[in-house]
Amino acid sequence: MSKPSTPGFCLRLLRRQLVLAFRRPVEIGNPLLFFAVVVALFPLGLGPAPERLAEFAPGVLWIVALLASLLTCDGVFRSDFDDGSLEQLLLSPQPLYLSVLAYIGAHWLVTGCLLGLASPVFAVMLNLPVQAIGTLVAGLLLGTAVLSLLGCIGGALTVGLKRGGMLISLLILPLYTPVLIFGSAAVQAAVSGVPAMPYLAILGAMLSLGIALAPFAIAAALRISVDT
Amino acid sequence: MSVGEPLLAAQQLSLVRGERELFSGLTVDVAPGELWQIVGANGSGKTSLLRILAGLSRYGFEGAVTRACIPLYLGHDSAVKGLLTPRENLRWHVSGEGDYSASQIEAALSAVGLYGYEDLPSHTLSAGQHRRVNLARLHLSSSPLWLLDEPFTAIDKSGVSALERLMEQHVARGGAVVLTSHQALAVACPVRELALTAGIAQ
Repeated sequence: MSKPSTPGFCLRLLRRQLVLAFRRPVEIGNPLLFFAVVVALFPLGLGPAPERLAEFAPGVLWIVALLASLLTCDGVFRSDFDDGSLEQLLLSPQPLYLSVLAYIGAHWLVTGCLLGLASPVFAVMLNLPVQAIGTLVAGLLLGTAVLSLLGCIGGALTVGLKRGGMLISLLILPLYTPVLIFGSAAVQAAVSGVPAMPYLAILGAMLSLGIALAPFAIAAALRISVDT
Repeated sequence: MSVGEPLLAAQQLSLVRGERELFSGLTVDVAPGELWQIVGANGSGKTSLLRILAGLSRYGFEGAVTRACIPLYLGHDSAVKGLLTPRENLRWHVSGEGDYSASQIEAALSAVGLYGYEDLPSHTLSAGQHRRVNLARLHLSSSPLWLLDEPFTAIDKSGVSALERLMEQHVARGGAVVLTSHQALAVACPVRELALTAGIAQ
């Protein structure tokens, strides 16, 4: 028997999280369903005029993606906290920074990544001009990864509380706003034919910063939550 | 690590929860080949002490704990996921410590009486069987120090005696065990008692 390599351990953790998610398909379907329902309701509220829908589409799509991410980040660590798996993770001789990244990666794959890939359908429903769809997908893939990183900080801080849902919103929404601003600005730029790359680059910069720093915050928050 | 050097040393541990002092000035050295049983009434701080020894509690107590190795800690919660099978659960539980082959995992599961249950979803199993998935780690782990919180909970008589044999063997091999339990142990090796009595006094 040999000591397992750290990348191998993280891949196993990622695979475990994905297996757990796929055995409870409702959890994967919920954010997508939420996205679809809200997008389907907007034309009813705003009136079906195609120009008006196109005008609101960038903001609407981004706000819904943000809320979908917010709704799911509460549960990332919850079941592992409740059944003692988290204790075992904290005790295992593997760097917590990378384990946390595996958790976030799994969360992003089943929420943000799926939403990003499905977003062209919703964009068409809201009559978003075709030339902006590429930017929307790229922006959502980058931006939702940042949202997962930030959301998991809230999830880790509130995992020990019985009802942490509202508190997460208060903690995390202020951090979400820059992502929303630059994400929807990128789509708006693409709609009006202005280069969207600067906005996407800023989202990329946020993602790099998030990957570098958020796992430290999450690891510390998990240690505090388990230490009760 | 030389022979006789403690695997775990706790110095002057004090813990206050709310208004109550659960223990104070507690000093204990756990050397290889020793079996320690923490005894005390409900609420006397047994689990809190074990979590401090394991390193899960880092704040809120006074004193220092030094560990010569990474202990194997089995807590109240079995860490068994209902959606995973016992085989998948166990493979994940040990994956931080070592790369175990499929046959080693299988052997450990049959050693705790889960032969035939390896590939059923764990939510169909009983609480005692969840505990057994947990205890299967004892067959695989190479950690010399076991910290077991109420390991006999929910397991049947034959399971209890199998676990007692396992602890005997571990101690005979030069390992050490610290456990909390309310029941007397039927083991061949000497059992050192660590009594937490402050909680009862009030």
